[in-house]
Amino acid sequence: MKPKIAAQSGTFESSDVIVLIEPLPNKSGRKIEISSTVMQQFGASFRQIVTDMLDQYEMTDIHLIAKDKGALEPTIKARLETAIKRSIGQQEGTL
Amino acid sequence: MLYIPGNNPAMIQQGGIYGADSILLDLEDAVALNQKDAARTLVRNMIKVTDFYDAEVCVRVNHLSTPFGLADLEEIVPLQPSAIRYPKTESPEEVIELLKIIERIEDRHHLPHNQMTLHAMIETAMGVQNVFNIASKFIRIDAITIGEQDLTADMNIVYTPDGAGIDFARKRIVMAAKASHIDVIDTIFPDVNDEEGLRRETEYARKIGFTGKAVINPRQIDVVHEVFTPTEEEIRKAYHIVKEFLANSAAGIGVFAIDGKMVDAPIVARAQYVLRLANVTVG
Repeated sequence: MKPKIAAQSGTFESSDVIVLIEPLPNKSGRKIEISSTVMQQFGASFRQIVTDMLDQYEMTDIHLIAKDKGALEPTIKARLETAIKRSIGQQEGTL
Repeated sequence: MLYIPGNNPAMIQQGGIYGADSILLDLEDAVALNQKDAARTLVRNMIKVTDFYDAEVCVRVNHLSTPFGLADLEEIVPLQPSAIRYPKTESPEEVIELLKIIERIEDRHHLPHNQMTLHAMIETAMGVQNVFNIASKFIRIDAITIGEQDLTADMNIVYTPDGAGIDFARKRIVMAAKASHIDVIDTIFPDVNDEEGLRRETEYARKIGFTGKAVINPRQIDVVHEVFTPTEEEIRKAYHIVKEFLANSAAGIGVFAIDGKMVDAPIVARAQYVLRLANVTVG
């Protein structure tokens, strides 16, 4: 599946993560940018969560930016799911 | 009962540490219209893994007349929180419709119909008029609550700290709950910096029969607990009454006197209620 529109979820507040998604041209694959206040300790597991979630929705040709302020796993997954669903037009929210 | 905005992960993950008897994860008024989907997904994920310690977990969903109510139920009902709080409940017919949807979701997930309860929020003039029929007809409704903000808006009046405008509604709702033998929870006190005002309003709520009060800030929990917890003197007195009652009952005496005052069944019942609140048994 490909993102249809640019979408966003989450906030810059502590214990949250902001996720931005935008469509890329055909056959671009995935471009993932992650920054986190806890990158040293949890960067690898964060990236794995992102990859698993994109796999689950079979997302491709996607540019995903995640800026994390120490979110727990259920929050990260919730924000990713919301941003993905907004980007494929399944849910309405904000850009 | 501590209200927590459903789109705030920091507050949700810390919700259990403040000692509230119950946590209310709010998908309704505390969430902006364009974040309803985000809050719903966050609350669903957080309920699954967050330890709220001894607190009951309730979720306030959006009304079924909005575009969000059904989606909220689809995500939250399978998780079976302690209760679903339904806003702006106005009639028994509305509850019947709500229960049909909840039970259909429970059936789909092979869940029983008797675990998760319902809290009906009364926050319109019509709801106040119909409150007894709402409170008394459904076994799954185990609490009703009053929502001051929406009720005053529906009545086109302004909230005043003395609560004059909603006093009739408060008392009518309490009476409906008492007649239905369910809990009745008072509305929030909006000024988190006015501790004395909170104490005054909570004392009034307890005096007229409410069994609890909703709070919007952890700072308000201690005051509400202090007011609703029986004092040591009340517990001692209740213990004495129940102990004497048991001794007299064993001797076949129904009515007796303590310190020259008659003690009969209603006084014993009140004393037993105080001991239940204090978690004290008479050995």
